Amino acid sequence: MSAPRPALETATLVRAGEESAVDVLEHHLAAIEAGEESIHAFNLVTADQARHQARAVDASVAAGRDPGPLAGVPVALKDNLCTRGVPTTCSSRILEGWLPPYDATVVTRLAAAGALMIGKTNMDEFAMGSSTESSAFGATRNPHDTSRVPGGSSGGSAAAVAAGFAPLALGSDTGGSIRQPAALCGVVGMKPTYGTVSRYGLVAFASSLDQIGPFATSVADAALLFDVIGGHDPLDSTSLNRPTPRVLSVLDDGVDGMTVGVLTEFLDGAAPDVVARVRQAAEALAAAGARVEEVSVPEVTLGLSAYYLIAPGEASSNLARYDGVRYGVRVDAEDTVAMNTATRSQGFGAEVKRRIMLGTYVLSAGYMDAYYNQALRVRTRIIDGFALAYARCDVLLGPTAPTTAFALGAKVDDPLTMYLSDVCTIPSNLAGHPAISVPFGSGDDGLPIGVQLLGPALSEGTLLQVAAVVEATAPALAPPGISSGEAA
Amino acid sequence: MSAEWAMVIGLEVHCELKTTTKLFCGCPNMFGDEPNTNVCPNCLGLPGSLPVLNQRAVELAMAIGTALHCEIRPSTFHRKNYFYPDQAKDYQISQYDEPINVDGHLDLPDGFRVGIERAHMEEDTGKTTHSGASGRIHGSDYSLVDYNRSGVPLVEIVSCPDMRTADQARAYVTELRAILVASGASDGKMEEGSMRVDANVSVRRSADDPFGTRCEIKNLNSVRSLGRAIEYEADRQIALIEAGERVVQQTRHWDEGAGITQALRSKEDAYDYRYFLEPDLVPLVPDAEWIRAVADTLGMMPAERRARIVDLLDEAGGATDSALLQVATVVDLGLDDLVVEAVAGGVGSALALARTANEAATDAEAARALDSKSYVELLTLEASGSLSATQAKAVLAELFVQGGGDPAAIAREKGFEAMSEDSLAAMVAEAVVAHPDEWSRYCDGDDKLAGFFTGLVMKATKGQANGKAVASELRRRRG
Amino acid sequence: MAEPDRLTRQDVAHVANLARLHLSEEELDLYTEQLSVVLDHAADVASLDLHGVAMTAHAMAVTNVLRTDEPHSCLDRDEVLAQAPSVEDHRFRVPRILGEAP
Repeated sequence: MSAPRPALETATLVRAGEESAVDVLEHHLAAIEAGEESIHAFNLVTADQARHQARAVDASVAAGRDPGPLAGVPVALKDNLCTRGVPTTCSSRILEGWLPPYDATVVTRLAAAGALMIGKTNMDEFAMGSSTESSAFGATRNPHDTSRVPGGSSGGSAAAVAAGFAPLALGSDTGGSIRQPAALCGVVGMKPTYGTVSRYGLVAFASSLDQIGPFATSVADAALLFDVIGGHDPLDSTSLNRPTPRVLSVLDDGVDGMTVGVLTEFLDGAAPDVVARVRQAAEALAAAGARVEEVSVPEVTLGLSAYYLIAPGEASSNLARYDGVRYGVRVDAEDTVAMNTATRSQGFGAEVKRRIMLGTYVLSAGYMDAYYNQALRVRTRIIDGFALAYARCDVLLGPTAPTTAFALGAKVDDPLTMYLSDVCTIPSNLAGHPAISVPFGSGDDGLPIGVQLLGPALSEGTLLQVAAVVEATAPALAPPGISSGEAA
Repeated sequence: MSAEWAMVIGLEVHCELKTTTKLFCGCPNMFGDEPNTNVCPNCLGLPGSLPVLNQRAVELAMAIGTALHCEIRPSTFHRKNYFYPDQAKDYQISQYDEPINVDGHLDLPDGFRVGIERAHMEEDTGKTTHSGASGRIHGSDYSLVDYNRSGVPLVEIVSCPDMRTADQARAYVTELRAILVASGASDGKMEEGSMRVDANVSVRRSADDPFGTRCEIKNLNSVRSLGRAIEYEADRQIALIEAGERVVQQTRHWDEGAGITQALRSKEDAYDYRYFLEPDLVPLVPDAEWIRAVADTLGMMPAERRARIVDLLDEAGGATDSALLQVATVVDLGLDDLVVEAVAGGVGSALALARTANEAATDAEAARALDSKSYVELLTLEASGSLSATQAKAVLAELFVQGGGDPAAIAREKGFEAMSEDSLAAMVAEAVVAHPDEWSRYCDGDDKLAGFFTGLVMKATKGQANGKAVASELRRRRG
Repeated sequence: MAEPDRLTRQDVAHVANLARLHLSEEELDLYTEQLSVVLDHAADVASLDLHGVAMTAHAMAVTNVLRTDEPHSCLDRDEVLAQAPSVEDHRFRVPRILGEAP
């Protein structure tokens, strides 16, 4: 497969009438047709809907109207984003067949920008996981090596972009669920500042941590998508009511005069080939004019433990609504309590049940202060730790994931090992800070490696500026050979 | 209840706020609409929905806090987690350890002060109807849920356990209801469920003893039920203790028909609500300006209105018990402004109060709509003697029918001329001449006979004579 | 700060009940083991001395997000009820409810 055409270029051509949205779409649908069986990135390909949208975009252009900055660009949506009249399952049996009666705000904004919704992507059930293996509908495979996981929980979205099924995708990131699969699949993935992208219509996992963010094949495309979906939403009380950084315009400004801190604690747990790539990226930035130094933020080591108290606590409450009463699956029983119990026991998978019980436990009487409240204090310490680092540095640099993609089935029996995949990504969620994973070569096994850039709140502009330089200096990565019928 | 025992009562009142929309979404806050037509992703608890706080609900909550003399504080929202079909998200968004209003009080009309612990905001649940003849949960096969009410704004007002008698409890609820209506926060309709009262009752042998174990009583649909239920429950607890048993802390349901409280069968032991801060909402910090604006636009509370009129009565020499009852009546009916304006216009306070409590109250709605200028003119005509009491009442009735008007003109139309002094004197003379014995006794000092003669004159003039004028003519004649 | 005791099978059965989840005997054993391992790891949080450190519930410090008291258009009832597992009389039907609401 040839290098994918940037979304920015596609939109420009479509808006100018030089390319038809219908043609763009058919090209991508063909790629899906050829490669999806071996990847399983999608729970549902919405071909008819997308064709309808594509025709409308072309009609707009023909009528002299501007269809918007994403005109004719297919976008894959993680299946925890509500799409009216289109099944939204969160890859769970309990929501199988559920048709939301409303659209998420980001979905509305994409449509208004002329984008084409090409499908709903596979994920870990209710976004709980780091490999997409806990999906009730089967795992997604890494396009670079189909015996490996794509990462999670937004594995389907990452794989869809990596495989060339869509130039753009949306995922959600609660503890690393955009960045980690982006790293494992060799694409760009960003978690923005908490509050910059509306959560209205995102099925909640952990409300104080969840954020929607872009997957793309380039930093510029990620910036384009972020600019479209970001911005205040009165339907989300946690949505920031101040100007969201507009990022596309600053990408070429370079890193001259900037200070980049290499986060030592993140290097500690990472595999040698990953560490090597991070150091290589650091050198590249130095060569490009940045001042690079090592920085220690000891508080981040507490992030994993605090996260596994806060996130399940909030999740246990957010998932209470799946009770078989108003929507979704119901398993009948003699009385309502028995019905709730049977429905949830049969509808939820093991990982979801584990986290619900863990969360219920840490919130329950007698344990609240030792666990949950304590975790909220740890969060304060992490934010303070980062603040000290950002007094000296503009951005921080580290690995995204500790290793390259692991084999399917390798970690499913040991939840704790799975949780350790998130050690470099979790601190940004706890702090509400933005972070981005940029592909930077491959590991010893030839599989993609991503390096992570972190910044303080609302520093997306700076972050992407630096990311653009990292991208420009990144070693080449062999594209996955799965499209157009080529062997994996 | 025997004199050996004392009761302790605390009341929790849930009040539905009179907003246009629900607490966390823009669905209409409407009673009686077709089921499940006033719903949206938020109040249905759909995946991906988020709450956004209603500014007007906050203002009304602050108005209640102000009216109850509470401290208005920065506050936060918490989730109260429990499963129930009418709870759309299987958690309720409420306020826990940082409520908006704390440490207030409510003074009963007799001056007794009941402390208010807190008055916080929370969302209402949907409504469940149960299949089966009784409509009760017990014995029904299935239930139906309507989420129109889900998310309606509530303020929960928790009193301190300061009340000691059922009468005090009734007076508290009555006064609280009047305050809630006066503050614009609620329509106070207990029977419709926009105001719900739960009572916590315990007993002890003396006021020096610590509080006993309390029970919570639910399903009190009227002030009368409240009183009956409290008495019953206190007696029940006393009987238990006297029989050597313990009172078990539990929730009990008042059965109006049978006149008893019954323990509710609950599926759980103590509920573990796992309260935690609501991550989808941010703290509420009303600034001093907003708090002041709410206080400034708050109308007069019932206590102030009553005090206003009692002050007028005191200036005129004091308030009798029956006058105090009249004061309560005119304030309850919203007619106190009429009284105050009449007195300001020169009418005596006793007359203004009596005429309003007795006559104007017969059609309170019309009276409230009446232009106070006409009312004051009418009472002035009566006070000066130009109209008799009977005539004044007739003119008032006409003012109601017309929705206003000129009392003097109406009086003329009805032929209510004031009797001339001469014709009045002649009528009195006739009566005196016809009853020489009584006249002689009156002249000797039997003042009570003035009433006898006045009655005769009134009968002869068919009520047209002015009683006061007759009395003063009699005195003049006597010399 | 006092540490809570290690997670027991009874604890797990209790929270499963609170969360309306039914667990088989094998699941109870498995989850008790797996959750204990996670909580042991989390014990390093519980044992920290963070006296005097404020809790951060919201990463971004915002207050007073309000909306005006104006109605929006509601969902179409048919569309909503079409997704319901059981409907009667335009209402959501549920099997017998055994206890009163708390």
